[in-house]
Amino acid sequence: MDQELAFAAHEKPFRYDEDGLHVTRGSAWSGPGCHLGCGVLMYVDDDGKLVKVEGDPENPYNQGRLCARCLATPNAVNSPLRIRKPMIRDGKRGEDKWKEISWDEAFDLVEEKFNYYKENYGAESVTFWEGTGRDISAWISRLAWSFGSPNMGPSLNGLACYGPRVYGCFVLSGSFWVGDYSQQFVDRYDNPEWKCPEVIMVWGNNPIVANSDGALGHWVVDCMQRGSKLIVVDPKITWLASRADVVIQLRPGTDAALAMAMANVMIEEGLYDREFVDYWVYGFEEYAQAVSEFTPEKAAEICWVEPEVIRQAARMYAAADGGLIQWGVALDQKEEAIPTCQAVAALMMLTGNVDNPGGMIKPPELLMYLNGWGMELLSQEQWAKRLGVEKYSFYASGGVTVASAEVMVEAMETGEPYPLKAAWIQTTNLLTCMGVDPDRTKRAFENLEFIVMVDPFKNPTMIALADLVLPACMYPERNGIRCGDGCQRAETINRAIDPGDTKSDMEINLELGRRFNPEAWPWETVEEMFSSILEETGMTFEEAQQNAPGYLPYEYYKYKKGMLRPDGQLGFNTPTGRLELYSNIMANMGLDPLPTFVEPTPGPVTTPELYEEFPLVLTTGARRWNTFHAENRENPRLRRIHPEPTVQVHPDTAAELGLCEGEWVWLEGPKGMSGEVGRCKRVVEITPAIRPDVVSTDHAWWHPEGDPEKLYDMPELNVNKLMAWGAGPSGIGANYKSLLCRIRKMTEE
Amino acid sequence: MTKHAMLLDYNWCTGCHSCEIACEMEFGFEPGKGGIEVCEVGPWQLPNGRWQYDNFVHVSRNCTLCASRRAKGKKAACESACQAQCLKVGPLDELVAEASAGPAKQLIVP
Repeated sequence: MDQELAFAAHEKPFRYDEDGLHVTRGSAWSGPGCHLGCGVLMYVDDDGKLVKVEGDPENPYNQGRLCARCLATPNAVNSPLRIRKPMIRDGKRGEDKWKEISWDEAFDLVEEKFNYYKENYGAESVTFWEGTGRDISAWISRLAWSFGSPNMGPSLNGLACYGPRVYGCFVLSGSFWVGDYSQQFVDRYDNPEWKCPEVIMVWGNNPIVANSDGALGHWVVDCMQRGSKLIVVDPKITWLASRADVVIQLRPGTDAALAMAMANVMIEEGLYDREFVDYWVYGFEEYAQAVSEFTPEKAAEICWVEPEVIRQAARMYAAADGGLIQWGVALDQKEEAIPTCQAVAALMMLTGNVDNPGGMIKPPELLMYLNGWGMELLSQEQWAKRLGVEKYSFYASGGVTVASAEVMVEAMETGEPYPLKAAWIQTTNLLTCMGVDPDRTKRAFENLEFIVMVDPFKNPTMIALADLVLPACMYPERNGIRCGDGCQRAETINRAIDPGDTKSDMEINLELGRRFNPEAWPWETVEEMFSSILEETGMTFEEAQQNAPGYLPYEYYKYKKGMLRPDGQLGFNTPTGRLELYSNIMANMGLDPLPTFVEPTPGPVTTPELYEEFPLVLTTGARRWNTFHAENRENPRLRRIHPEPTVQVHPDTAAELGLCEGEWVWLEGPKGMSGEVGRCKRVVEITPAIRPDVVSTDHAWWHPEGDPEKLYDMPELNVNKLMAWGAGPSGIGANYKSLLCRIRKMTEE
Repeated sequence: MTKHAMLLDYNWCTGCHSCEIACEMEFGFEPGKGGIEVCEVGPWQLPNGRWQYDNFVHVSRNCTLCASRRAKGKKAACESACQAQCLKVGPLDELVAEASAGPAKQLIVP
């Protein structure tokens, strides 16, 4: 059925000329770039060179503004470091020796090799690896599944980004919930149905830098300008925290205890929404019992904060008409991510901040991209072989459709439960960014016989592992549709310049998919493929290009209108039809049905001996204005802004350790409970914004200017060397942000 | 010709650097040598317990207040990219009036 879309008004067609330049309007969705897909105007000169990218003022999403990274896109597109032709290795892995080959030769080689492994070891012996939630999930999942392999997924330990909150929310409520910044409406803040949130509780992310979950971070600032008050939960005083009414500067990894104490206050003081809970929430009694022990005093001791701030935050959030929780990756990056997500989601349920204006909304979607596209293509027999289902309940439940990176790494090492032979690595520099314990991960991948990488740039993972490299083009060089995180809209990515001999990820996967399984890829062109996804909008891709973005219909309070359940009944799409504080699905999976707090291991409480040796709590992955994960390090305009990885240290701690601003140090820490110690280099950045007992660092560092055969310095810059493979009991969540470390001066060698 | 100036509402400037890069790209300036630069004051704690954490802008002698863009009816490059939408270029008298209403305004007359 066609859905009536609301379109943004445009003065001009999507291609026009202006002052001697050719302008193409479109959307920026990787790479380079983030999860969002801002509206952009791409300016091209007569020689076909991209000279400038600006934000599109007509696009309701970003309303003309644009971040430093996207503004600097021309430097990335025109970079002399880009790969422009397919290359096959002409030496040993780890050497920077390559031979250019044609696309036909490259596709023939992949087809021949992958089919050989399929015939001799089963399709499951070929693994497929994707990066973060950008324009890849649909295309790589369809490629893997249509080939016959269930072993596809990100190299992220415990799927510890976005996934835990999404999967957790689906279990508890039948949907995911994102903050309501009016992003679902074409007229945005002017929409009469929308209400500016009274309170935004920023929890475990720095949205103005991170832009996570499909939300442009500066929407928080827009709302502040319209009156929203802030509560910020972060171990660091961020810019947003400096403007918050309540700041909870907690110890990393203790979020669940904090959330349960806030619930304790709301219940003790009768601040929760009784009517909403009576009608729409299941399991209140059991839940109230579970949080009764989490008094603010108890949580304060766990979280290393004052009890009073917990009370203030609970009261302020509970009193808000429109309470938005801007929750983030810190909640995912702990082994017990699901109970943490439960604990924070419970606050939304207790206050009725679900499906309401200015609260949390169910994002409208064209394509449920996170779970992949084309699962029906994989036989039951192959589906059952997916690595991870035997070890982890969430994978076995079928809610998670990818394979476990940890279990795939183990299988590469042991050949159990079956041998793995090849890897297709696309949109991810996995040794540098997502994968933990990069030394072990590298050794595991070295056991594979054939590795293909698709990327625009040479990078440490490619030098270390790839046998064949396919050059991916960038967003100004290709067509596409933006179906990603958060509220989706009919948004097109439009080609502005000639890609030369590079191809888009979608073109590559369509070409290869057709060779493996033509019935699964019945389209001649990627544009036909996009049109088939846009079918429910009643538009072809070409029509969408003219008019995008188109907004899907949106209504609040769907649960009161029978719009959330397939059976049309009122309520939520859960076993009880209610939001579940006590989760029946979790209970059926053999997991704790109620939120719990578990101390991180290693950690100050669980491993006091290790804490004595490594007396600082380490949080990693601090986002920076100039970089997106492992990207942008080669871009001179961006590199200048934050040229090297830093570790943020409180002045008292720096004085105690004798550290100077700008000094290079070793950050050393226990690699899980393996008994091994990992280390990486960092530059000291002294700031009172961080707690004295916590240090914070950014991630995914390498030096594109460095020696390729030293893997561009990645082995000494990678903070994931302080992490071990292994997820919590559900398989969802891993400790990226609650680690232990010590700082050693270089002179102490 | 009407005299123009730049006004920053520094209560809202997040320090995102968009203005710097937008300026560099508009005029092809070398990295770090454009017409505008963000400068951070803080974070440090004030005696009242709140946090000092503001961003301001400096302009260099490269800054023309985007006369070339304004002639075409466009916003200045820095203003159009500004993520917090707290930076603007406009007629001096209008900006003086706006700045006078305060608080937290930085007026620059290059």
